[in-house]
Parts: sequence; structure tokens; C-alpha cells
Amino acid sequence: MANAAGNLEVAQPKQYQASKSTWDEIAASNAFQDLMATKKIFIVPAFIFFVVYYFALPVLVGYAPQFMSIKIGNVNLAYLFALSQFFVAWIIAGLYVRAANGFDRLAKDILDKAENAKGGK
Amino acid sequence: MNISLLMFLLFIAITLGITYWASRRSAGSSAYFAASRQIKGWQNGIAVAGDYMSAASFLGIAGIIAFQGYDGFLFSVGWLVAYLTVLLVIAEPLRNAGKYTMADVLAYRMKPRPVRAMASLSTLTVSTFYMIAQMVGAGALVKLLLGGYVNYNQAVTGVGILMIVYVVFGGMLATTWVQIVKAILLMSGTILLSILVMAHFHFSFGEFFGAISQVTYHDAKGQQVVKDFLQPGLRYKPPYGPLDLISLGMALIFGTAGLPHILVRFYTVPDAKTARNSVVWAMVLIGSFYIMTTFLGFGAATIVGPDFIKGHGGNNMSAPLLAQALAGNIFFAFISAIAFATILAVVAGLTISATTSFSHDFWTNVIHNGVERKPGEEVLVARISAFVVGAVAILIAIVLGPTANVAFLVALAFAVAASANLPVIVLSIFWRRFNTTGAVAGLTVGLLAAIGLILLSPSLMAVDPPTVVGTARHLIQAKAWFPLENPGILSIPLGFVGAILGTLLSNEPSSQEKFNELLVRSNTGLGAEKAAAH
Repeated sequence: MANAAGNLEVAQPKQYQASKSTWDEIAASNAFQDLMATKKIFIVPAFIFFVVYYFALPVLVGYAPQFMSIKIGNVNLAYLFALSQFFVAWIIAGLYVRAANGFDRLAKDILDKAENAKGGK
Repeated sequence: MNISLLMFLLFIAITLGITYWASRRSAGSSAYFAASRQIKGWQNGIAVAGDYMSAASFLGIAGIIAFQGYDGFLFSVGWLVAYLTVLLVIAEPLRNAGKYTMADVLAYRMKPRPVRAMASLSTLTVSTFYMIAQMVGAGALVKLLLGGYVNYNQAVTGVGILMIVYVVFGGMLATTWVQIVKAILLMSGTILLSILVMAHFHFSFGEFFGAISQVTYHDAKGQQVVKDFLQPGLRYKPPYGPLDLISLGMALIFGTAGLPHILVRFYTVPDAKTARNSVVWAMVLIGSFYIMTTFLGFGAATIVGPDFIKGHGGNNMSAPLLAQALAGNIFFAFISAIAFATILAVVAGLTISATTSFSHDFWTNVIHNGVERKPGEEVLVARISAFVVGAVAILIAIVLGPTANVAFLVALAFAVAASANLPVIVLSIFWRRFNTTGAVAGLTVGLLAAIGLILLSPSLMAVDPPTVVGTARHLIQAKAWFPLENPGILSIPLGFVGAILGTLLSNEPSSQEKFNELLVRSNTGLGAEKAAAH
């Protein structure tokens, strides 16, 4: 099987190849650990928040329909909560893009260092 | 001359033009499978929207809201929010570490052959089920819209042949542009329809929601009833309704990020940052569209009325009938042509993802150990398999016929994607200990659990009255063993349990060796596949 993977790479070379020790080195480097920590700080809470916020909708609609039918102006709570999901999703996406620009900067340092160590691409 | 027919032909002419243009730029694997990775972020965003918003969303959602009000709108919410999973978890690692298919990432540090074989099977299952649902829908729709010109079999064959032509000759590039044209048409039609609905209510939300609060129609017993359509619970009733709703939510939120025809789109852009931006573009379009289903669905319920729709083609005709009621036959023809374009773009996307997986995962990597025996073989095999997939889809759709009970196939596709594909993608990126046995077990258990539970669900098990005949009848004439239409709530945890147990019960240090490499590649983009040179 290891042979199979080897053949694949001969047939279609990747742009960047390195030995296992190089990959382990990069993975253990402070720069990479920083990147992973920075990602985690944003992604984990954002993911948990949107999952909880989203599933609150079917749970409330399913198990508290009376409550969700309370009228607010022309509409009801159920519709407003459903509508809010769209805006919350857009806001989280926007915040993620902002945070991800930071991830890109951290990743670029790692990329530059790795590619320079190879003597250019 | 029938205006609908004219508009259908116009759309076909445009897409064939695109295919001809693309066919001269589709030589080589990267060009054919990934449009040379040169699609721009906004273009890919629009194409993702075009790939994703199927007839089920355009015609189906409008119909469900028109008949069951608020509960139908909950589909709309899930279909957008699901993109947060794609954005936060899947799109960038996939683009960074893969080449053409999701199996590229799964097989990265595992024994490639068993993992790719199972991943390919799962991809083909999702794509084929989804495709058959679309084809049967397309046939029924075209027959209704162009009744007198074409019958069901001709319509299905026509749609099948067009999708084969797009994919065989134009590859991913043609598919992308067909999806872009369709998404733009769908958005314009929906915006126009929404404005007309509001114009009907003198641009007063008070008047619009006032009408929604008292929709009058006749129920199954022929009694006249007045219902508040904004009230939850018209579709998902106790005792199992609420649980089914949560289960549906799980399949949508975790299934979208495992749909192969969506995932392959992220290989068409130059890098992970562009993939990310394209998800955001897609979210803007998809979200706006699904918010507007408020106007399409409730507009049809209030302006046309469930009684009239039932007598003129049923559920799926809600949006076209609304267009007719608001602006006459030309607008009806325009909206119908958009529905047709919608189906074509989605089936083309499904076909290319199925053929990419068959050719790249199964043919090249499973059968031939990762070696293309001669240049161009992978693309040639893909072209042949596109032809076969298309022909099989046409045949199955014809055998099933226009009244076949196929709506569950879309739910099934999402359930398989969520229960088989998503767990193994996530675990292979994030869990060092994860191994081949775990991946194969996760894919197998997820796939079987989703299919098995659907077989035992009310979608396939029910006792029909003798008036229901042929393929419209439920497959198993008995009371359903599993009470929910959506298996996600059980099959997704089962998929994860399968993957985790399979891993813990086996010992395979080799799959951990390349974990650091995959971790670095997927998180930094080091060594990611680059766009082809201009």
C-alpha cells in the first residue's frame, strides 16, 4: 500500500515535498502551534454557538409551539427567530473571514520559512 | 408558438454555447475535473449557489410553504445555516490537502484503496439518489409546462442527454458556467416574483402578514378551514414531529458539508482563501434566496391558494402558478424556464462529482494503484462514466415514472452525506489516532444506517389505500418501524460510533505517521495544488 501512494506521487508530483521529520518539525514549531491555537480560539466557540443557536429553533418550535406563536407586531416569535438565523449566520461568516485574515498571516510565515528552507519552490 | 418552449430552447442554446467554448479548454485532468483551478472566488460562490439550489428548493419549498406554511420555512433556514459547517470546518482543509475529490483527503494518511473504494461508493450513492429525484421531478415538470409538446419520457431523456453533453464535452468548466447562469436567472426571477408579491399587497407587510394569518382552503375531508400559516406545527405534528424536525436539522447542518457535488467545487479555485471567499459569496446568495421563499411560498398560499394549486398540478407548481397569477403567461414561462435551468445545473453538478469520483478514486486509485496508465486516461474514463451515469439515470427515471414516490431521495442523500461522509472527513483532519479501519467502518455504518432507517421510515413503509397505484405506492405496505422521515438523529451518531470503534479496535500505526503532514498541509496550504498556468 505504501507503494501505491509512492506511485501516485511519482505520476503526479506535488508542489512541495518533504521528509517526515520536516513535517514533524513544522508541526511542532511555535509558529504552527500559534496558528492552531489562534484558529481554535475562534472556530470552536463560533461552531458551538451556531449549532446551539440553530438547534434552539427546531427545539422551541417543536416543543414550545404556544410560546413561539406569541405575536410580535405583524408576525410571531417563530418567524422572527427563524429570520434571525439568516442574519446570525451572515454575521458569523463575516467575523470568520476577518479572523481568517489573521490565520493567513500566521500561515504565510510558516509557508515562507518552509519554502525558503527548500531553497525556493 | 408556446412561450415556455421558446424560453427553454433559448436556455438550452446558451448552455450549449458555453459547453462548446469550455470543450476547447478542458484537456487534461486538472482542466477537466477542476476547471484548471482558475475559477474566481465570486464566480465559484455563484456556482456553488447554482449547484446547491435544486428544484427541491425552488419548486419544493415554495410548495411546502404554500401548503404547510411556517414549517416549510424551516427547511430554508437549515439550508443556509448549513454553510457555516462548510465554511468553518470543511472548505479550506479540503482545498489545501485534496486534489479532485473528498477521498483525496480521507486517503491521505490511510491505506488508500479500501478508503477510496468506500468513499467512492458513498459518493456515487449520494449523487445517484439525488439525481434520480431531480430527473423524475424534471420529467414531471417539463410535462406539465410543455404538455402537448413533450411527454414525460421525452422530457427525462432530454434532460439526461443535455447533462451528459455538458459533462462529457465541457467538464467542470462548462458545469461551472451553466451553474452561474442558472443562479443569476434564479435570483432575478425570485427577486422579481418577490417584488410582485409585495406590490400585490401594496408594499405593506401588515397587509401581507395579515393575509398569511388567515389562509382559507379545503382540507382532505372537503371541509373549509381558515388557518394562520405563520403558526408552527402544520407539518411537524406530535408525537414524532418535533423529533423529526430536529433530525432534519441535523441532516441539513452536517450533510451539506458532506455533499460530494458541493465539495468538488472548492477544487476549482486557486487556493483556500479563495475557497473561503466563495463560501461567503454563496452564503449571501443562498441566504437571500431562502429569505425570499417567504414571498414565494406565502405569496402562493395567499394569492393563489392551496385549493387552486391542488387542482393545477399540485405542490411543485406553486411558484409558476404564482407567477402566472401575478403577471400572466410570459412571466409563467420565464419562471418555468428558470425551474428547468435549475434542474439542469444541479444534475450536471451531480454528474460531474459522480464521474470524478468513479474515475479518480475508483479507476485510477483503487484499480490501478494510483497510476494513469497513459496520459488522459482519467479524463477518458470520466467521460465514459458520465455517459453511463446519465444513461442509467434516464432509465431509472423512466421506469419509476412521473408519479413515483421519490421525494425521500433528497432526504436520503443529505442523510448519507451527514452520516457517512462528514464523520470521516472531520475525524481524518482532526483525530491523530483515526485509521483505515475506522474510516471504512464509519463510511459503511453511516451509509447502511441512513439507507436502512429510511427503508423502515414512513417514507417507504406505509399502508396505501387501493386508489394509489404503481410506483406511487409505498415500497413496503406495513406500518413504519422507524417513526421519523429523517434518520439523521440516529444515523449520524452511528456513523461517528462506527468510525471511532473501528479505530479503537484496530492497531495501525502507519496511519498516524502522516498525520502531522496532513495537519500542516490542511491548515497552512503548504504544497497545495496550484492553479494551472495561463
